[in-house]
Order: sequence, then C-alpha cells, then structure tokens
Amino acid sequence: MRFMEAIRSALAAILTNTLRSLLTMLGIVIGVAAVIAMVAIGAGARNLVDRQIRSLGANLAIVTPGNVTQGGARLGAGAASSLTDEDATAIRREVDGVVAAAPFVQGQTQVVAGGSNWATRIYGIDLDWFDAREWDVARGRGFDPEEVRRGDIVVILGETVARNLFGEEDPIDQTVRVRNVPFRVIGIMASKGQSAFGQDQDDVIFVPLDAGRRRVIGRNYARDASVGSIFVKFDREEDIDPGIVQMTDLLRQRHRIVGDQEEDFAIRNLTEIANTATASANTLSLLLAAVAAVSLLVGGIGIMNIMLVSVTERTREIGLRLAVGARPRDILSQFLIEATTLSTIGGLIGVGLGVSIAYFVAQLAGWPSLVSTNAVLVAVGFSAMVGIFFGFYPAQRASRLDPIEALRRD
Amino acid sequence: MALIETQGLRRVYDLDAGKVVALDHVDLAIDKGDFVAVMGPSGSGKSTFMNLIGCLDRPSGGHYSLGGTSVETLDANGLAHLRNREIGFVFQQFNLLPRLDALGNVELPMIYAGMDRKHRRDRALQALARVGLAERAHHRPMQLSGGQQQRVAIARALVNNPSLLLADEPTGALDSRTATEILGLFQELNREGATIVLVTHDADVGRHARRLVRFRDGRVIEDVRQEPLQARMAEAAE
Repeated sequence: MRFMEAIRSALAAILTNTLRSLLTMLGIVIGVAAVIAMVAIGAGARNLVDRQIRSLGANLAIVTPGNVTQGGARLGAGAASSLTDEDATAIRREVDGVVAAAPFVQGQTQVVAGGSNWATRIYGIDLDWFDAREWDVARGRGFDPEEVRRGDIVVILGETVARNLFGEEDPIDQTVRVRNVPFRVIGIMASKGQSAFGQDQDDVIFVPLDAGRRRVIGRNYARDASVGSIFVKFDREEDIDPGIVQMTDLLRQRHRIVGDQEEDFAIRNLTEIANTATASANTLSLLLAAVAAVSLLVGGIGIMNIMLVSVTERTREIGLRLAVGARPRDILSQFLIEATTLSTIGGLIGVGLGVSIAYFVAQLAGWPSLVSTNAVLVAVGFSAMVGIFFGFYPAQRASRLDPIEALRRD
Repeated sequence: MALIETQGLRRVYDLDAGKVVALDHVDLAIDKGDFVAVMGPSGSGKSTFMNLIGCLDRPSGGHYSLGGTSVETLDANGLAHLRNREIGFVFQQFNLLPRLDALGNVELPMIYAGMDRKHRRDRALQALARVGLAERAHHRPMQLSGGQQQRVAIARALVNNPSLLLADEPTGALDSRTATEILGLFQELNREGATIVLVTHDADVGRHARRLVRFRDGRVIEDVRQEPLQARMAEAAE
C-alpha cells in the first residue's frame, strides 16, 4: 500500500471517531505546547537576565576598596578609600589585556534646573568610563580630555534625569545646579534601561572625576586622588582571570601589603556573575523542558491506550484486510501511520498553542518572544516519534492477528 | 488441469484437550470453471477445508496446489499475495468496512495489489456495474439492504479477476428471496467462466451447484455431479 494512500486512510479512520481522536491528541497537544512555551519562556527569561547583566559591560572586573578598621571596629567592604587615580593608571599600563581602567566616585544628590529638581545618583568619571561600560552619549558630546584633567564643571545627564528636569526642552547648554554649583549640560547619555537588579540605569548624572570628587561628593575622599572603585575592562574573556591575578599583585605592591596582611581592596569578575546567572537560567529552562517532556510521554501512553482499543474494535476489519491480500506489514504500517498521524496532528496543534502561549507570556512580561525554530522542529519530531514508539506495540498486535480468528470475532 | 488439487491434506489443531484432527487425508481436485458446493454439518471439517484452500491457513500435512503453486511452501507474505490475486472471498456477514462507501470497499483488494487510484476507481465501478449496483457506488454499507451489501462483497471478490471465488455461507444472513437472487448471480458468474466453491450447510443452497462434495468427520464422504437447480435471474427478481 502506498504511503499517501495510507495517510489518507489513517485520516479517514481518525475522522470517523473525531471526539475520541481529539481527546487522544490532547495529551500530545498539551505536551508539545508545554515544551514550546516552556522553552520559549525559559529563553526569554534567560535573554532578559543576560541582557541586564551584560548591560553593565562585557568582560568587566571591578576593583573596590576593602574594609578598614577604625579603633577596633571593622567598617566593612568599600569603607576604605584606598584606591587612587594612580592605581587605575598603573592597571591600565601594566596589566595584560586591559582595554580600559575607569576609576570613579559616586554619590547621591539633588539636581536643580530652573523650577524643577530631582534626586539622582552622581558619578565622577574619567574618559575610560565610556569604553569600560560600552556606553556613550546619544546627544551633545562627551567630556574632552582637558575637561577631565581640569575637573571642569560640566555634566552629562542620564536619560531619565534629562526627561524629569527638562521635559520636552533641549537640556544641552542649559545649567543644572548640584549642591549650588552650576554645571553646564554638554550631553545626554544613551538609554540603557533596567539593570539586573531592577535599577533604572538612566537615572544618573556624570561629571568629570575631579569635579565630582572636590565639589560635590566630598565624603571621605579626603586624600585628593582617591576614588570609589575602578571598572577594568579586558579585551577578551580569557584575559580576565590572569588579569585579576596580575592586578592583585600590582595593587598589593602599590599598597605595600606584605605576607598575610589583609588586602585593602577586592576584585570581582563581573562576567562570572553574568555566567552564573545565565547558568541558573539555563538550569531553569532545562527543568521546564524536562517537565514538558514528561507530559509528552504521558500523551504517548494515551495514544498507545487508544490504539490498543482501536485494534480490538477493528479486529474484523483487520481480518477482512488480511483476507483480501494485506500482508502483515501492511497492517503494521496502517496502524503505525494512524498512531503517528494522530500524534503529529496533536503535535502541530500543540505548536500553535505553545507559540500563542509563549507570545502571550512574552507580551505580559515584556521580553522578546523567543520561540525557537529548533524547539518547534524538535517538538513536532518528538511527537511523531512518540506516535511511532507508542503505536508500535498495538500495530504489531494487529499485524500478528490470525485472519481466521479475526474474521470470526464480533 | 485442475485449478485446485489436494493430496492427503491434513489439518490437526493442538488444543488443551489434546490433538483434534479437523481434516484427515483429503484428496480433491476442482477444475477451472466448476461450481462446487462443499457441504456438511458443523464440525465436519468444511470450514477448515475452506480456510486451507482460501490460503488463510496452512495444512499440517499433505499437499495443496492452487493454479500450479504449491501453497504449503509459502510464507505469510506469499499467502497474502495469493489471496490478493487468485482468490475472492464472500462471507456470510459481508464484512464490508462501514466507513467506506461501496466503491471504497470494492477498491480495497486493488489497494493491496498496488494499483493506482484512477485505475482502481474504473475497475471498481465496472465490478459494481456487473453486480447491478452502479448507482449505489457512493452508498455506505449502512444505507444498503442485506442483498445489496452481499453484492458489493461479491464485486469486491471479483475485482482482481481471481481464479477462484470462495463463498462461505453467502446466503446465511439473507431472506430466501434475496438468497435466491445471490445464488442466481453466482450461477451467472459461473456461466461466464468463474470457478466457484461455495461452503454451506443448507441443502437448498447446495442444489444450485454443479458438483456436491460432502464432508463428515474431516473426510469426504460424498462427491457427486448434479443437475443444478436454476435460480431465477437476479435482474428479473428486482
């Protein structure tokens, strides 16, 4: 019997018992829909986490000051003001694979422009910042080297700040006051969206490092050249680990830390954080996919069950087919094709449903809908396989029927 | 040369209660173009005989050849091929597939012969026309009377031009008028050259054949030629 013939006859058999066929398919439909939706949702979530973390900048390490002990009280990480501009310069010069070393200070402040004001974070940065964070101005201009060197009172606004202070107005060349110091706006940063921790990364302003240190932030950057932290960007991901070792040696040397004396700085590999987060997102999607696969399996068992019923019900038909010249393998393939057609149709309906669910969830969660072609192909292929696998036993039973017995059965 | 030839044909069933000899050394030859009624009470071995010459079963011993082919040497696929090309079955219960129309049912043997769709359709329509059901080609079995269903089954049996038409109590589920019509149809087909073996326990039915073979306890106890009772023409009856 020809293949297309067999498919047509399988479809006819499936349509004869529409309700039963639909109920049988339901398991596969739900299984496939679950696989596709779960994989897509997992991918979407992973993509979101990934994007948020990477938005910090790729191949990045951060050097932060260590803790400091004052009168027997340890003040915790970052309390020391042990890092300096020169540390950054030394890192840039001496550590292999470093593209940028961006020292910065940060603080919280109120910004006033005309009648409106806004509380935001303020960063004092140098030119390396833009490279390290892979973040540039969208309008206006960035700092020029002279401005940074002199610590001019110019400012670049984050998108959120610009919007809140100036609305529709063009902020460029306007003046904002920070702690009563008038800063001239020279640029607006490109929008960067939320960070991995849900912070609005555009709610920020940037001033030259020295301007921030001396005029605004103050704090205990008492020693003139000290900075809050240093972002260090490497050329390639492989450079980071050896780079961190080199940096540690370099900073120990520069800070005259010997033996097992406690380091007054800490270095963290931010790529690692990103990788860890991605890995956990991966585990999550694997888990979801596994759950979905189990439901596919259950669907397959449903198909086997109904095919066994169908073989029993159609024993006479099988006997008749054998009598008019069907070979056992014709009967085998007939029932196999019927089971596979059933599961594949279920699979296709499942794909439709799964894609819709994925799209809907993506819309709700506000991340890109990532239905992968692979997941669709695998799910449909897998459902066909489920049909073949679970259809085989009933089909084999049908093909092994004795024609005389089969014809005699009621 | 005989179409069917059996020599020492035996069939023994292994049952829990022991061995049961259903057919014991049957030597029989049936010529091409003959119309044979195989008769006997139930348990006489006539059904076993029919299953064997219909290639649905294999003998425990002895020899059987159909059109020169030794059947006992064939495997399941070989038997299927023979059933498909050389034998047309007609059953008491018609055995039509309920979800196919008359045409679809008649096409069935040709599907397994690997014939293409167009060809099948033409031949099936011809066969339906031959049994007088050309207008009912698209009726489902449920929409047909018993006699009509049996005609569809006969068309199905004829459609691959088999050398043997094998009918197992073909009138057993029909009223006497319709039964006569069907027997008339068989006689007509026989006059046109078809070889027919009809298995029945009904003496009235058996009288329509040209030759009568009677079984008892797995053996042939009577084998006679007779003047067949002529059934009224099927067409005339309608």
